[in-house]
Amino acid sequence: MSEVVMPRLSDTMEEGELSKWLKNVGDTVAKGDVLAEIETDKATMDLEAFEAGVLEQQLVEAGAVVPIGTPVAVIGDGSGSAAKPAPAPAAEETAGASADAPAEAPAGVPAEKPSAEEPAASPAEEPSRTASASRSSEQAEQSSASSAGKPRTSPLARKIAKEHGIDLATLTGSGTQGRIVRADVEAAISAGTGSLAAPTPSAVAPAPAPLGADQQRADVRVPANRLRSVAAKRLTQSQAVPHFFLTSVVDVEKLLAFRGQVNEALASQNLKASINDVIVRAVAVALRQHPEANASWVDDADGQAVVQHGRVNVGIAVATEAGLLVPVIRDADRKSLGQIATETVALAEKARDGKLSLDEMTGGTFSVSNLGMFGIDQFTAVINPPEAAILAVGAASPVPALRDGVLVDVPKLKITLTIDHRVMDGAVAAGFLRDLVGILEQPLRMLL
Amino acid sequence: MTELTYRQALNDTLRAELTRDENVYLIGEEIGVFEGSYKITAGLLKEFGPKRVVDTPISEEGFTGVAIGSAMLGLRPVVEIMTLNFSLIAIDQIVNHAAKMYGMFGGRVKVPLVIRTPGGGGQQLAATHSQNLEVWYAHIPGLKVVAPSNPADAKALLTAAIRDDDPVLFLENLGLYNTKGDVPDGEQVAEIGRAAIAREGTDLTVVSYSRGVVTALEVAEQLAGEGISIEVVDLRSLRPLDRVTFCESVKKTSRAVVFEDDMLSYGVGAEISATIGEAVFDWLDAPVRRVAAAEVPLPYAKPLELAAMPDAAALTKVIRETLAASGYRK
Repeated sequence: MSEVVMPRLSDTMEEGELSKWLKNVGDTVAKGDVLAEIETDKATMDLEAFEAGVLEQQLVEAGAVVPIGTPVAVIGDGSGSAAKPAPAPAAEETAGASADAPAEAPAGVPAEKPSAEEPAASPAEEPSRTASASRSSEQAEQSSASSAGKPRTSPLARKIAKEHGIDLATLTGSGTQGRIVRADVEAAISAGTGSLAAPTPSAVAPAPAPLGADQQRADVRVPANRLRSVAAKRLTQSQAVPHFFLTSVVDVEKLLAFRGQVNEALASQNLKASINDVIVRAVAVALRQHPEANASWVDDADGQAVVQHGRVNVGIAVATEAGLLVPVIRDADRKSLGQIATETVALAEKARDGKLSLDEMTGGTFSVSNLGMFGIDQFTAVINPPEAAILAVGAASPVPALRDGVLVDVPKLKITLTIDHRVMDGAVAAGFLRDLVGILEQPLRMLL
Repeated sequence: MTELTYRQALNDTLRAELTRDENVYLIGEEIGVFEGSYKITAGLLKEFGPKRVVDTPISEEGFTGVAIGSAMLGLRPVVEIMTLNFSLIAIDQIVNHAAKMYGMFGGRVKVPLVIRTPGGGGQQLAATHSQNLEVWYAHIPGLKVVAPSNPADAKALLTAAIRDDDPVLFLENLGLYNTKGDVPDGEQVAEIGRAAIAREGTDLTVVSYSRGVVTALEVAEQLAGEGISIEVVDLRSLRPLDRVTFCESVKKTSRAVVFEDDMLSYGVGAEISATIGEAVFDWLDAPVRRVAAAEVPLPYAKPLELAAMPDAAALTKVIRETLAASGYRK
């Protein structure tokens, strides 16, 4: 019998909401099965079983918010009584351990094998034919193994997890008797799972212990996951594109007011449009008016050409723990703000869960990247080939302006267009950007 | 560079040192007229005469004591004890005299003594003649214990042992005498207390010494065929013990297996794995495992003797288990 506790899923997490039970009392659970969903200050995570058995008790109701470390469930042999001393899982462990060879036993020489007469309960009694048989290290390890709840971890796994701010309690071990080993931690790092503390840089790294003057911190090598390798390849290809950049400052006072009104209207549908959703919509409308910006340079068997795309598919850069993903809103020019908001939320969630289909990530004709939420004033984005341009959106911030002779705060934001010069020349791109700014500053135009 | 047997490398080195330094002399049972039970001293009596190559009665305690006394007075005796098992008869001389003089006389007396002796089983010599007692001596401050695994190290370490001012137990192995290897020509003096990386690898470290290194290298070669990269550390010296080399290796591989011919309990493997646990705990991805002999008096019957001794199959099995225990995937 073992208690399942509310795990610490991020560095800043102090309590979690057990939002939903996925296993019921009496269900048989395997190691790694998801028992429940937990909502933290950052995200919704799975609560996994670290031991196999039967879910005997649910100690909290769905929706309960409890501090980390609080027992939320009991897994046992199915006999149900929480008070009963627990020979069952221990026996199971022992049987399992002896079945898959004495992986932790001393030297695997024939004389170490237990004889048939020996009771099954002491599989590793030392073989010595002398009177003073010692107890083996396997027995020692097993007797120390049964301390409930705490997962087995290798020292190296602990070290790497600490360096990357990964909570071992959220991982499932693939080593002997479920030990969490380096491979498990590295897999979690490359998959971006395992509760990397938080997306903000300050929270990702746990405060490192101060180093002495004569100590040096070792380099940490984080193997590239598939996403990072693909991104590295694509972005390197992008360097071959002749880029130029255009920046405009947008007065977003009306845009913010417009978004407020839209959200009042959407409230009845339980929807909310973000600034980014409004910008995506504005971009889509501007692209419809400027097919030359919704284009790609091609160099194929039919010769060199600029292909103007019939559909306006806008990619949205989404930061995930595994890396940058760019899901695509198809036909954004033909979708309402409400539809764009709904789709964006769904795609971003899929992106963070690593569940985007290939179809949802391809076919973009233009991308939008927004770092405004990080307080970035202005930046340039790298083109996502074969698209011809990408819009980098900074943070809206109040700028003093004279209006009717009165000094007022006007919220403004900077947008920077990165353009493939093969597709568009400066004047053409500037025309597109001017109209985009016009739409953003007169947002009713995006309804026309 | 010349290819020599381990036996020939020893014989050549004794000859070179007898020639170089007139204070060097050999003493032991059957080493002169009979040229040694394992022919390590072949030809030397004829070459250097009975004052430099001294045959003794069967009296280990006696001739070891003679050697210690002559060493205290400035000679450099090289004692041959026919097998390590017989050193038990001289153990009081070795442990309570040779090892203690320098310390107990405040550094005013040195004992520049070498005891050459082969250990190990596998020759059907039965339990009393097949032991690996080197760890008894490695336990004693004041002694040095070296155990070369190949002809080149046999030459360089024997030279170093003869020139060292401390008593050195020079461990040979019956199973190694006929092994061959390239030996650098000319004078070679090893640094006693320095381990070697016998083979570089990245996935797992095997630590061994003496005959065990040969087996470890065979296993490493075989596993390399499967893409598994084994690093083999040859301790070469059990005292002083080069803890840095094997710990650095484990920092690289995160997995370690100790392979020794001797019994597991209180053995070399215990010392190595304790050191790894103390020094590089944070780099371990799996428990350190030991492969050692069955804890029985070594049987005489060949199949039983082979079954009791740790071999390539046992080492391979534990390497695989250690890799599996830490989620190793090729």
